[in-house]
Amino acid sequence: MSDSGTLTKTGLVALTDVNKHFGELHVLKDINLSLAKGEVVVVIGPSGSGKSTLCRAINRLEPIDSGTITLDGQPLPSEGKALARLRADVGMVFQSFNLFAHKTILQNVTLGPSKVRGQSKSVAEEKARGLLERVGVTAQADKYPAQLSGGQQQRVAIARALAMDPKVMLFDEPTSALDPEMIKEVLDVMVDLARQSMTMIVVTHEMGFARRAANRVVFMADGQIVEEAEPERFFTDPQTKRAQDFLSKILTH
Amino acid sequence: MDVISEFFSEYDGLQAFRTTIYLTLLSAVFALLIGTVVAVMRVSPVRVLQILGAAYVNIVRSTPLTLVIVFCNLGLFLQLGLSLANKDSNTFIVDNNFRLAVLGLSVYHASFVAEAIRSGVNTVPLGQAEAARAIGLPFLKTLRYVVLPQAFRGAITPLGNVLIALTKNSTVASVIGVTEASAVMKVMMEDRPDVLFIVFGIFAIGFVILTLPIGILFTSMSKRLAVKR
Repeated sequence: MSDSGTLTKTGLVALTDVNKHFGELHVLKDINLSLAKGEVVVVIGPSGSGKSTLCRAINRLEPIDSGTITLDGQPLPSEGKALARLRADVGMVFQSFNLFAHKTILQNVTLGPSKVRGQSKSVAEEKARGLLERVGVTAQADKYPAQLSGGQQQRVAIARALAMDPKVMLFDEPTSALDPEMIKEVLDVMVDLARQSMTMIVVTHEMGFARRAANRVVFMADGQIVEEAEPERFFTDPQTKRAQDFLSKILTH
Repeated sequence: MDVISEFFSEYDGLQAFRTTIYLTLLSAVFALLIGTVVAVMRVSPVRVLQILGAAYVNIVRSTPLTLVIVFCNLGLFLQLGLSLANKDSNTFIVDNNFRLAVLGLSVYHASFVAEAIRSGVNTVPLGQAEAARAIGLPFLKTLRYVVLPQAFRGAITPLGNVLIALTKNSTVASVIGVTEASAVMKVMMEDRPDVLFIVFGIFAIGFVILTLPIGILFTSMSKRLAVKR
């Protein structure tokens, strides 16, 4: 287990004193967070706590007001080509999948490698088929996203992100839009990924996943990181009142 | 009904409608190109481009087409000396007027095309562009590979409307001497006021024959090419 305190300067992903407002609303308050290579961090907290914004800030889908975010020691570029290059190294999985609706499953996975990395069609396709096999949707390669179930779409979205060989993967509530029976198939893929030492930030309420795969749980409320602990300790012995309240609400049902 | 045979023989009405079709098709291609560029400017993150795009649409769209076409001839050609054909050619005046008309029709309808495409862009969920940016596509590639292909499919119906309007608006080219269908109609009506309604009818039917298939084609395309979400 890594000690988060000593990683602040050396982490693969490091956020320092990050602040963000939506108008009057202060959504991120002095966020400090660092991830070592291969670490899996689960971000948990009530809705409106800023956890999705935190996740989206890391590849600058949400620009921040102050503070710094670094990836592999490099601060995030503000706009343009440099930012696009950085995003190519950060995989992102959305709550609503966001597969390209006009492209087939295979084309969804090959678009990035061919248009961003400049890979040839055959190389990109071979790799894409491998990834689709890994997430278990090989049979759907020539279908369109709307023809797939939510669980299948989300697994394709994971394959699409992996096709870019990302240094870190961001998951923004990846199972919140799924029917219960499809949640497991997506979580299985994610657990598998965690076992292969992918660095991951996962915004989720899936405590089973946190227990099985996470190195650390970060609990957020009202835009602040309130508590950080390893999963077992966080779920069985939360230290702050805020976390105790939150857990009592989600555990009693 | 000798007037109908005169339409084909004496007045060469088919040639006139052919000119209408050429005017329409050429202008449609250029209007689509210009309109796409203007729409991209309007949705771009660059403030200056947004303002220029909005200014183009609002100024051109609010100007009567007759004024635009007349300006192309009197302003661009006669005053500023812009000619779009070879001056030594025997057919210089005809070619030049035709091309100036294409210019005017293209510039004018591009503003409507731009708005149709922009409405198409609005049918594409924000998450599509976010996902494109998240895999590292820069702005123009995000538009080219993800947003615009879906936007065009969402804009087929309004684009069809623009094409139908363009077909009929091409008649305005007659004011700068392009011999398209309505110019020939005017001549026929002056020669044969006795069968005025029949002459009207012939040309009205001609335009229906041109525009009706466009409407049917675009309706079927909008269904066939719709992006399933």
